[in-house]
Amino acid sequence: MNNLLEIKNLTKSFGGLIAVNNVSFVVREGIIKSIIGPNGAGKTTLFNLISGFYKSDDGEIIFKNQKINKLKPFQIAKKKIIRTFQNIKLFSNMTVLENIMTGLHLSGKSGFIASMFKFPNSLIEEKKIKKKSFEILEKFNLTKVANENVSNLPFGQQRIIELARAYSSEPELLLLDEPAAGLNIYETMELAEIIKQINNNKTTILLVEHDMALVMKISNEIVVLNSGQKIAEDIPEKIQKNPEVIKIYLGEENA
Amino acid sequence: MVKKIIFLIFIFIIVIALQKILTKYGIEFYLTQIIMSIYYTICILGLCLLMGYAGQISLGQAGFFAIGGYTSAVLTTLNLMPYFQQNNKFILFLIKLNAAAFREDMFGEKILTITPFAAFCFAIIFSAIIAFLIGIPVLKLKGHYLAMATLGVGIIIYRIVLGTQIFGCADGIYDLPEFKLFANLAISGSSKLRVQNYYIAIVILSIILILLYNLINSRIGRALRAIHTSEDAAEALGINTARYKLYVFVISAIIAAIAGCLLTHFNGGISPAEASIMKSVKYVAIVAVGGMANFYGVMFMGIILQFLSLRGYFGSFDDLIFGAILVAMMLFSSEGLFNIFKLRKKYE
Repeated sequence: MNNLLEIKNLTKSFGGLIAVNNVSFVVREGIIKSIIGPNGAGKTTLFNLISGFYKSDDGEIIFKNQKINKLKPFQIAKKKIIRTFQNIKLFSNMTVLENIMTGLHLSGKSGFIASMFKFPNSLIEEKKIKKKSFEILEKFNLTKVANENVSNLPFGQQRIIELARAYSSEPELLLLDEPAAGLNIYETMELAEIIKQINNNKTTILLVEHDMALVMKISNEIVVLNSGQKIAEDIPEKIQKNPEVIKIYLGEENA
Repeated sequence: MVKKIIFLIFIFIIVIALQKILTKYGIEFYLTQIIMSIYYTICILGLCLLMGYAGQISLGQAGFFAIGGYTSAVLTTLNLMPYFQQNNKFILFLIKLNAAAFREDMFGEKILTITPFAAFCFAIIFSAIIAFLIGIPVLKLKGHYLAMATLGVGIIIYRIVLGTQIFGCADGIYDLPEFKLFANLAISGSSKLRVQNYYIAIVILSIILILLYNLINSRIGRALRAIHTSEDAAEALGINTARYKLYVFVISAIIAAIAGCLLTHFNGGISPAEASIMKSVKYVAIVAVGGMANFYGVMFMGIILQFLSLRGYFGSFDDLIFGAILVAMMLFSSEGLFNIFKLRKKYE
């Protein structure tokens, strides 16, 4: 399998605090890789670096053999790296359908003038986007709520919608930032199924998550961060037995 | 669909009935203020797109209105005769293009000026360029800071038109020619043309409304609304937020300039008051009371409130009324007047 994403010696500091310190790892095509670690370990910072919301101080981020460090978030999204947010960021002034249609922004081309004057190709494009959106709604079991305003829906469903919106952008690499936060155990298991399903369709997934049951269940590989540094990187079974990891999560035996 | 058609027919009947009634009862002069408020409303619709839908507040909308108005006012009143007499090649070229024409000024003297249509086109291009140049630095700001920066732009434009000789200082510019459209139609304040001007204004308003409506219900419109709620999420989905914000700022400035240009021709002149900050605040208040992201609401409130204001019903409390409206809307119904009914429906 090819390396889809390579992180090389990535460093980012905020003033005196080094949030991500010389982190390197590789995400191979088609796998689900998780990043775990205690609060403040630098997981979300790492995500913000990959998706372009922060600029790295040092190191490289390479996606499909191209350096993407300097790109703006929308340019990174155009390269088909799509992220979700820890605190759900849905477009609350829109319906579920419109949210998904916005997710399909990159599959359209028509600009301001074409949209204002309803040029024929913009109308054709709009139809395609709508059709595709309904397919995605179907896939995520959201057809019933298509015309509901997203802010009227329960939290768990909002998570799914955000996932569906990210999925609609046809990502090659999907970055999920704590998708199970705030979900109950049933919703989390449902989410696990959905993530697996997305992965089946050859979408590589990088996951930041606190819910260990979910992480161990779906990940192919795990990276452990602590205080901005990489502590371990392995398959789930070995991570569970890694003494260093146990130490940072549970403390030392005779502490 | 059927509902929509019935609604449109209803509006159509109201528009015609209003004119017939006013004419029948000999109070046709009301149309003058209605026409003026329609042009102001066009300007406010531009702000509605920018503020209500894309979420970028601007307190400089009156400035762009004034740029449109003053550009066409200056061009259509500046006498080019001396250059013509020197056989200036550029002037001859303009005459050839029909972009300049001879006419008589208010004292019956023969003068050569740019034609209203050419001036109109130039005003649009000029305002777009100004908005583009201002937008690049200003739109990097968010929230209150954006409001303050655009307020600053508005004040600068006001001071420039107030203090510059070519813009007539505090007197403004008057004696604009009528804006001949096609056939016998012309935008002009003369009382003979009042009825036709009413319909011209309605048609222009409808065209602008349809274009904006199309825009907002398209891929671009969704991107703009996305920027309104979460710039980060929009960016993460591949929307070039900086560029879209700039473009929507330019479009709203162009719409303001169109309104400014047409109203200046209708009034036959323009004064610095059009660029004043209170005008911008008034526009913001009307967008708020119309329901922010609601073209129809903003349009109706715009026409009604501007009409009342222009007829002088608010007297010297005019600014106070609009200030109070703005405060009241923010306090009690940040979603506008029309949404009060919607809210009630939701909780019934």
